[in-house]
Amino acid sequence: MSTDTSSPMGDPESNGRSVESLETVAIRFAGDSGDGMQLTGTQFTSTTAIVGNDLATFPDYPAEIRAPAGTVAGVSGFQIQFGSLDIHTPGDRPDVLVAMNPAALKVNLPTLEPGAMIFVNTDAFDARSCEKVDMPETVLEDDTLHAFRVFKVPFTTLTRGALEESALTTREKDRCKNFLALGLMYFVFGRPLEHTEKWLDQKFAKKPDMADANKRVLRAGFNYGVTTETIATTYKVAPAPIKPGTYRQVTGNTATAIGFVAAAKLADNDLFLGSYPITPASDILHELSKYKHFGVRTFQAEDEIAGIASAIGAAFGGSISITTTSGPGLALKGEAIGLAIMTELPLVIVNVQRGGPSTGLPTKTEQSDLLQAMYGRNGEAPMPVVAAATPADCFDTAIECVRLATKYMTPVMMLTDGYIANGAEPWRVPDVEELPKIPVQFRTEVEDFKPYERDVVTLARPWVKVGTPGLEHRIGGLEKAEGSGNVSYDPGNHEHMIRRRAEKVDRIANDIPDAEVIGDTQGDLLIVGWGGTYGALRAATTVLRKRGHKVSHMHLRHVHPMPKNVEPMLRSFGTVVAAELNLGQLRHILRERFLVDVKGLNKVQGQPFMVSEIVSKIEALLGSPSQEAVL
Amino acid sequence: MSVATPLVKLSRNDFKTEQEVRWCPGCGDYAILAQFQKVFPTLGIPREQFAVISGIGCSSRFPYYMNTYGFHTIHGRAPAVATGLKIMNPELSVWVITGDGDGLSIGGNHLIHAMRRNIDLNIVLFNNQIYGLTKGQYSPTSEFGKRTKSTPYGSVDTPFMPLSVALGAEASFIARAADREQKLLGDILTEAAKHKGTSFVEIYQNCPIFNDGAFFNITEKGTKDDNQLVVEHGKPLVFNKGKQGVIFDCYNPRVVNVDEVGLEAITIHREDGPLGYHLALARMHGPELPTALGVIRRVERPSYDELVNAQVETEIDKKGRGDLRELLQSGHRWTVEG
Ligand code: SF4
Repeated sequence: MSTDTSSPMGDPESNGRSVESLETVAIRFAGDSGDGMQLTGTQFTSTTAIVGNDLATFPDYPAEIRAPAGTVAGVSGFQIQFGSLDIHTPGDRPDVLVAMNPAALKVNLPTLEPGAMIFVNTDAFDARSCEKVDMPETVLEDDTLHAFRVFKVPFTTLTRGALEESALTTREKDRCKNFLALGLMYFVFGRPLEHTEKWLDQKFAKKPDMADANKRVLRAGFNYGVTTETIATTYKVAPAPIKPGTYRQVTGNTATAIGFVAAAKLADNDLFLGSYPITPASDILHELSKYKHFGVRTFQAEDEIAGIASAIGAAFGGSISITTTSGPGLALKGEAIGLAIMTELPLVIVNVQRGGPSTGLPTKTEQSDLLQAMYGRNGEAPMPVVAAATPADCFDTAIECVRLATKYMTPVMMLTDGYIANGAEPWRVPDVEELPKIPVQFRTEVEDFKPYERDVVTLARPWVKVGTPGLEHRIGGLEKAEGSGNVSYDPGNHEHMIRRRAEKVDRIANDIPDAEVIGDTQGDLLIVGWGGTYGALRAATTVLRKRGHKVSHMHLRHVHPMPKNVEPMLRSFGTVVAAELNLGQLRHILRERFLVDVKGLNKVQGQPFMVSEIVSKIEALLGSPSQEAVL
Repeated sequence: MSVATPLVKLSRNDFKTEQEVRWCPGCGDYAILAQFQKVFPTLGIPREQFAVISGIGCSSRFPYYMNTYGFHTIHGRAPAVATGLKIMNPELSVWVITGDGDGLSIGGNHLIHAMRRNIDLNIVLFNNQIYGLTKGQYSPTSEFGKRTKSTPYGSVDTPFMPLSVALGAEASFIARAADREQKLLGDILTEAAKHKGTSFVEIYQNCPIFNDGAFFNITEKGTKDDNQLVVEHGKPLVFNKGKQGVIFDCYNPRVVNVDEVGLEAITIHREDGPLGYHLALARMHGPELPTALGVIRRVERPSYDELVNAQVETEIDKKGRGDLRELLQSGHRWTVEG
């Protein structure tokens, strides 16, 4: 929480309390999987976006659908950081914790700084529940929490009280208690109730009693804040200076889905998705299955291989085709990706990375599939790799991947991760005119048609829709003769084709923008990142620069091939650090490619980077540059 | 695929490619290729509307020899590739060429799910009961105890019967043909093309190199009369030049002499008959029973591609065709003033 000391204290709307102005706040809603914490967090986020704060969110939920109630394994959390400044991350450590049960308190306590506020549901702290998570029943009374500002709120009792007259069952009533927490947070941070009320009316249009009950509880939470004397201060977070425009809230998965629908439209074509459900990528399938009137066909295949194979079939037919998956699914798709490389068909493979290896940590984030994306196939099988930086950037990345795939006739790997896939941020909706064009030319001319005749600039072969008269031809996974595309076992031709396919991908470097740089183009230390760590690295760089360090951040969206400014940048800093959520995969590539002694700043805990840990490790490195900053 | 009047008259030669055909001399695949090239021009479908998709194996070289759109994919995955193609291009006549290894071993999953969905593909499985391309290992249809390179002491695997698998997978059209029964093969391919939904055709195909004679008792003079029964819808199940017939009692087939029981006692074949009957019929084999060839089951149900595309049409009718502006302006939005 950062305080804006310039703002005046006291506010006429403060119900006689003092009002403190803050620049940023991070709140974490935590409870049992069944407590509706994701919903509470999403609602708080929507309202916060509408009142004009910048924000970033991080939903953090268990892999089990319903872990035993009240256990540590079953804790579901939703963190949001919002503020009157640019916000790039959901915040390292929550300033405010809402803990619906002892397990939620237990899990999140270690993340809190002294002085943090904790709102606890006292009704849930009975002897049995405390015992389940190995906490003394006296935890709220003894000095365990003495370092924090604890607000003891009987959420369940208050909820039942608010619904005394309701005909709902006690069980149903108790399920509304997350709205009590939400209402209370709206009070503490001065947010209006109306957006959530409207949402409830829409959501429960057919069950007005449910809408009514939740609204009552929401208001009761707010009113509890008004009347209780334990809350002496409320907080005001002014709107952030945000670029004017129309905004909507998007998660990375939603932005990915919409991005592909848009890309197909920009290419004046229909979209096909072949996919097999897998966490955390399934939401892209869910979202795209709604867009039938945009001509989108989604195919829930029998397995990962059929997901990509069907997409290859659709691409052969002339459609914009994609497949979506996560790490283990990508492993299964390897052979088929090779087929798309050999047949030079346009296709986008989206890999929403999660913790690995094997089943690993399905709901947690990681960046450990970079080398799989680059090399995880038999034979010499290069393909472009593009990684989205933020939830909203998934939209642009999806369009970019389709542009590259169709222009260069190649499969393209789009990497996101669990963190940006589920995380949300406000997205300024672009105008149609702002979007790039994707001009796709299908070959229809019969004369001199050769299936593997290449464009002189892009080296792309022609794309032919199946059904085009006179262009009947055969393709397949066997090596092709340049030009004719006939099967060829000729040794010279094989090497030639291997080099051509690689060169085709390399030439994309001429067609992409420079990597984004925060800070100067030379200095003491360069942090190189890629993908979903963008926000944390950018925020950390800002802190480091404010402290006077000559540190810059270069971020790679295009990981393969790399933009042209990468090499000069790497050579313009005393120290180069690749910061990533793996054991050094980008670092490996940079060292191999540029022979630069890149250091590693690595974390593999299923959790995103914290800004503070990057700052302290970089400062340590600046102090003694030989040190390896492995977290 | 609905069969329309051809716009241009096509001939067998229109479906031949310049590629040199590279199966072993005497391979049953040649006869099958000849029938395809004979049947395709008669279907009333323009040549560019055909797509032939295969996996890996001897049979999967097939697309290279058919002058249509063709795709030689990867091992076992042809039905999945064909599914994506057909969903987006429902007007095409899509043929999947596979074998007993490609279709029933590595690609078993895709095969059963294509049939379950009833996507409008024509899946033709060349069954030679051996792995030819990898030079002679037993396949999932090889008989129990078969000695091959990988089973020098005899295989201890129980084989699949492809048509049983197809019936279990809810196939709406199943038929069996043999490479040596040219006319019947051509007729079955024509019927398969006409059927809307997945048509599954098993072809007994001789591999003279690694499994010669696997079906000779069904296809060769001298033995075939005793062992081959060609079924026809609405006709009694007779074989051996009409001398013998099959009667089903509670789905148990038994062979009878027609002149002893009378023709009217012989079971009449119904393509739309009960599943249990089709299963029992498809599973008949020697030495006690003849092997059934012909269209065994044909029932109508909507095809997957038809249903998927109908949903798209319905939504477009309801909401109008979505455009970019609408897409961007959808969802819950708010405005930040300058
Ligand atoms: S190995 Fe057998 S199936 Fe394969 S081409 Fe030769 S004869 Fe035909």
